[in-house]
Amino acid sequence: LFLSYLFPFDGLLCMLLGISFTLWFTLLLIFIIVPAVFGVSFGIRRLYMKSLLKIFEWATLRMERGAREKNQQLYKPYSNGIIAKELVSLEQEIQEVRRSGIPAPEPEFDMSDIFSFCRRGVESIVDDEVTKRFTAEELESWNLLTRSNYNFHHISTRLTVLWGVGVLVRYAILLPLRVTLAFTGVGLLVVLTSLIGLLPNGWVKSSLSEKAHLMCYRICVRALTAIITYHDSENKPKNGGICVANHTSPIDVIILASDGCYAMVGQVHGGLMGVIQRAMLKACPHIWFERSEVKDRHLVAKRLSDHVADKTKLPILIFPEGTCINNTSVMMFKKGSFEIGCTVYPVAIKYDPRFGDAFWNSSKFGMVNYLLHMMSSWGVVCSVWYLPPMRREEGEDAVQFANRVKAAIARKGGLADLLWDGGLKREKVKKVFKEEQQKMYSKVLVGTAACFWAFTHCALSETILCTLLHDKSR
Amino acid sequence: MIVVLSRSMTILLLLKVFFCFSAVSHSQITRLYSRFHSLDKGENGALSREDFQRIPELAINPLGDRIINAFFPEGEDQVNFRGFMRTLAHFRPVEDNEKNKDPNSGEPLNSRNNKLLFAFRLYDLDRDDKISRDELLQVLRMMVGVNISDEQLGSIADRTIQEADTNGDMSISFSEFIKVLEKVDVEQKMSIRFLH
Repeated sequence: LFLSYLFPFDGLLCMLLGISFTLWFTLLLIFIIVPAVFGVSFGIRRLYMKSLLKIFEWATLRMERGAREKNQQLYKPYSNGIIAKELVSLEQEIQEVRRSGIPAPEPEFDMSDIFSFCRRGVESIVDDEVTKRFTAEELESWNLLTRSNYNFHHISTRLTVLWGVGVLVRYAILLPLRVTLAFTGVGLLVVLTSLIGLLPNGWVKSSLSEKAHLMCYRICVRALTAIITYHDSENKPKNGGICVANHTSPIDVIILASDGCYAMVGQVHGGLMGVIQRAMLKACPHIWFERSEVKDRHLVAKRLSDHVADKTKLPILIFPEGTCINNTSVMMFKKGSFEIGCTVYPVAIKYDPRFGDAFWNSSKFGMVNYLLHMMSSWGVVCSVWYLPPMRREEGEDAVQFANRVKAAIARKGGLADLLWDGGLKREKVKKVFKEEQQKMYSKVLVGTAACFWAFTHCALSETILCTLLHDKSR
Repeated sequence: MIVVLSRSMTILLLLKVFFCFSAVSHSQITRLYSRFHSLDKGENGALSREDFQRIPELAINPLGDRIINAFFPEGEDQVNFRGFMRTLAHFRPVEDNEKNKDPNSGEPLNSRNNKLLFAFRLYDLDRDDKISRDELLQVLRMMVGVNISDEQLGSIADRTIQEADTNGDMSISFSEFIKVLEKVDVEQKMSIRFLH
């Protein structure tokens, strides 16, 4: 009896499901996939971004009001530093204690020197420049995600409701939509590039490959609801050059590749990544290294130079930091890609932190976890600046060139320019830096005496020389 | 983050009860707890020496190891948040004390005397309240590395002790240490100011 009741509903349910699926896919096709194929935009995402921003501001105001009622202060993160640090260098601070200018006959040690070392050490314990770059940046206004809230106890009922609605929208509507798009994008990429790989090499093949790559990357961009603003497109990288950019997450690749065609560089992976890599390789030349080849710097440099020398091949995309940094700073660029001697096209990428943090903390989350995070947040908003091409100048070595490019990228993107190595995320700092500090202090201690000694040494050797010459002339 | 904050509330109460930290603002304590938590990679509520050594700017400081040692009480290798705050309290600016004039609280941790004691303990390796020639040599060696010869370093140490030692025991006691540094602006050199 119960089953007989189900039957008419069963048919109705199937019909409803069928209709909603068709509707879903049609809408998807019209509003997202077709514009992605042709590279146009309806402007839906920007409207979405503007309305979200208004909601976030309202949420923050409510929290501030709630906090004020309880007579407390909101926790406000300050990424510019939480303590006041001396602007004078350590060397200058220690020199101040000593007599200036006059060379002293003996090294001067002052017991108060230890204060400077001590205070700076404790300052770095409270707030240092490096370790905070390897965790997500703290946001100043709340963006309705639990993961970025520090003022949990100030949330009113209204805000909780809003947050609940947000969760529903993000997980029930946006996430499935995005996952569908992601699968479509990746699937199309693999299928199309494999098909194009069957064609003979020539103009048709490269043109089709370009279009296929762009189309698939655009679908992926929509899968993340990424709203990207490209600036200075006249400086876009050309064939025979290397494009360098600051690295925040794997999404950087998708963002750049949806606006231009690049040859990717990377390690060969297994599994799904490996399938994608092999498919991409069929359509146009990318540079994939075996794990064993990565250690061989000469081999890497040779393959890169060969690729760059061939003007028909696409510009190479490289992230010289070597690791993901949290988009508040640019860390040391590895000099390998700057030794090749071709034109370098710097690109600065800055994510808008109000919408969600794009940084991939690889020690905390795996890739899949990270992608799920990204797809269940509101979206990604970023700006890309194409900087004018740079070449290595006369008398400049690779390290200086790398630093010059890094400074230009940091300036354009509004990021802090740091000399520290991104590798410090996982490794200990090299001893040589401590030795430099010790050398500096020794110079302050003994330097003044050494000057005196050097002076007397010179005088002595001069007299010896004069005596010798005098003897010779006799 | 929710876990962090609920813990910070209990810690805040704890601190208010045990240590007159009422002069330190709520936001400063929260910020320092956030920092403590980010340094605590093992997530066990305490920091070890390795956690400190992971800070590059501290690792390249010639006296880094001595500073790290100051956080750990005798014989222990873990420091909890209370201990962390207690050590950092030495570096509060002296002006802050004006806001909290409590005659029963005893000498605050950030008084001139206690700041000098902190520095004295950096020199005093075996914690016997005396800086011997050997200890001074060892600390000097840490600060200069390999750039100065043993003889020169030895003569620097001898001269320093000669100038400071008033009771002829060839070592520097805490009161002699205070006397040598009486003209130095310790309050300014050993204070860390919060921006907010």
